[in-house]
Amino acid sequence: MSAAISEPGAEAAETSVAVKKPSGGGLGRYVLIRFLLIIPTIFILTTLVFFLMRITGDPITAALGGRLTKAQLAERVHAAGYDRPILVQYFEYLGNLLKGDFGTAVSDGQPVSSILLNYGAATVELVFYALIVAFILGIPLGMLAAYHRDKAPDAALRVLAILGYATPVFFAGMILKLVFGVFLPILPVAGRGTTETEYIMSGVVGPTRFYLIDALRIGNFSVLGDVLAHAVLPAIALGVLTAGVFLRLVRTNLIGTLEQQYVDSGRSRGISEYRLVTKHAYRPALIPIITVMGMQIALMLAGAVLTETTFEWKGLGFKLAEYLTARDFVAVQGIVVFLAVIVAVTNFLVDVIAAFIDPRVRY
Amino acid sequence: MSTSDNPQNQGPAEEAQTFAEEAPGSGVPAVAFDDRAKKSWFSRLPIISHLRQSVGLQRGMLITGLVLCGIVLICAIFAPLIAPYGFNQLGTSEGNFGSKLPPGGTHIWGTTVGGYDVFSRVVWGAQTAVAVIVVAVVMSIFAGVILGLVSGYIGGWLDRILVVIADAVYAFPTLLLALVMSIAISGGQSSAWGGIAAAAFSITVVFIPQYFRVVRAETLRLKAEPFVESAIVLGASKTRIISKHIFRNATRTLPLIFTLNSSEAILTLAGLGFLGFGIEPTSASEWGYDLNKALPDVTSGVWWTAVFPGVAIVLTVLGITLVGESMNDLNDPRLRVRRKAKVKNVKPAEVTA
Repeated sequence: MSAAISEPGAEAAETSVAVKKPSGGGLGRYVLIRFLLIIPTIFILTTLVFFLMRITGDPITAALGGRLTKAQLAERVHAAGYDRPILVQYFEYLGNLLKGDFGTAVSDGQPVSSILLNYGAATVELVFYALIVAFILGIPLGMLAAYHRDKAPDAALRVLAILGYATPVFFAGMILKLVFGVFLPILPVAGRGTTETEYIMSGVVGPTRFYLIDALRIGNFSVLGDVLAHAVLPAIALGVLTAGVFLRLVRTNLIGTLEQQYVDSGRSRGISEYRLVTKHAYRPALIPIITVMGMQIALMLAGAVLTETTFEWKGLGFKLAEYLTARDFVAVQGIVVFLAVIVAVTNFLVDVIAAFIDPRVRY
Repeated sequence: MSTSDNPQNQGPAEEAQTFAEEAPGSGVPAVAFDDRAKKSWFSRLPIISHLRQSVGLQRGMLITGLVLCGIVLICAIFAPLIAPYGFNQLGTSEGNFGSKLPPGGTHIWGTTVGGYDVFSRVVWGAQTAVAVIVVAVVMSIFAGVILGLVSGYIGGWLDRILVVIADAVYAFPTLLLALVMSIAISGGQSSAWGGIAAAAFSITVVFIPQYFRVVRAETLRLKAEPFVESAIVLGASKTRIISKHIFRNATRTLPLIFTLNSSEAILTLAGLGFLGFGIEPTSASEWGYDLNKALPDVTSGVWWTAVFPGVAIVLTVLGITLVGESMNDLNDPRLRVRRKAKVKNVKPAEVTA
């Protein structure tokens, strides 16, 4: 598993190595080259997804195949332009993407771009909550494990981290639902808020669709409490998975820095052990952690798809699962491409942040 | 591309020690010592040799992992003997089992909403999981290793294109790619073995880049080794150098990546099943699919339809991960706890990750 965790860091390194030039480039140059590298990545992903989705036929036949007669189908396929040569459609698709047009969902006729806009915020909000859980749990526990290396707390924490990784996020979610929704019913187990909250939210003028922000803006604290209560279980389910990864990362890197001589010299100057671990050794260990985080956010987006389905959290993942069931592949393609672009951009941002922090990252 | 971009790449040189321990100089490929090594071929097999080296907590982890994997394998192989009912059996000659029966009596783990026996489906699920993982990982190793060897050794534009594609695919969230693949393969529908094949093939495509990257990086490193140069001087063909000299050295870490990937493959399979891309209950049993069907039960307090398949996934992944973890630690001399050494903490030379 350690490779599963360390490889994302390698991924970032590898991408940057691909543009390795004779040294001497500044930060600005690095950021520019790294930014230009996103373009082929996104291009390949879109191309890949487009052609893979079309191998088995056009989306209209896939969605409505059994329900319409052959003549009706042919007419609709023709109207949507799916009977033209695939390359023509491909270039049209690329052109539309550049204009921000992701196509129109076959099943409910909604433009995919408005689906992305309406439900994207919920997913980002969930990932944000989960990241908080992951940080709160993962980083201090990782410090603890590194400090007590090879002793009982370390062994226990390592096993816990592996367990966190081995539990599929939807199963963790179902267990949480069972425990806190049925056996000990203290927390809501479905949705982003009660019906009342959803009603109030739908009335918000100029909504950001981040319920946390919207609730604060209208200054309704009972709604805010409700929103937060609904977020607890999904955030834990998704966050624990990532917390395990953070724990291991912090542990591995801290073990390295704790061995450094400056830590010993700090100890000889009488700096408290707590401060040594949390400040002196931790800060330099942060850089590899930040690099890996980019990949973790990508993993979390995939995890969010499953978490949202488990908790009926109406975000992109929930919609993706819905459209998958409806066999609406235009919407599926739109959401997948959008998520892939987000992942690529996140990886870019993380690399840039790492380059800002660590002057050694320059190519 | 440098070889130091992946911690795995540091492995082989160091692992060479474990294969030819008496030999001085860890950077020398162990292949050169193969015929001189005194140990039998059996004790040099990946897991056996790891078991022999391990000690203390590490050994405990390795053995726990092996036992868990063993249980899953036994369930998979002997599913027809262990499971009291078929995976798609709804009743006996005396009538149907009934829906949502609590655990106990003739159904030790209860029955599902659809009226299947939970215990039987969990046992049969092991068969599906093992089949999918073996097919997927073997196919991706095959494709990934060949592409990596060729790309790394020959280089040029082919190499550049493959690297860019592999990087793009690698950055794609596993589950989403597997989803797209399974739509491409089966149009999102699952037939009998078609479902299993689609799942396996989707996972294959996801994992090819991982093997590709590791093997390619290793190949690049080995290409500059003196023994490859001397083979070139002796007039060996490219095919021979790749298949004989580089292949055996570049694939040393594969057992490790194999275990790491298998656990991810199980999670991906379960995720696919959970999103409704699994295998229909009539064609095979799949844990993720069962969890999907169990989702509405949970809120009404029917726990057994979710807990048992879920625990099966957790234990399987746990078993594989424990084996992989221990192998990783044992392959890395910095993390290995030595049997004879009195020093408790082996000093790490540098930071991984």
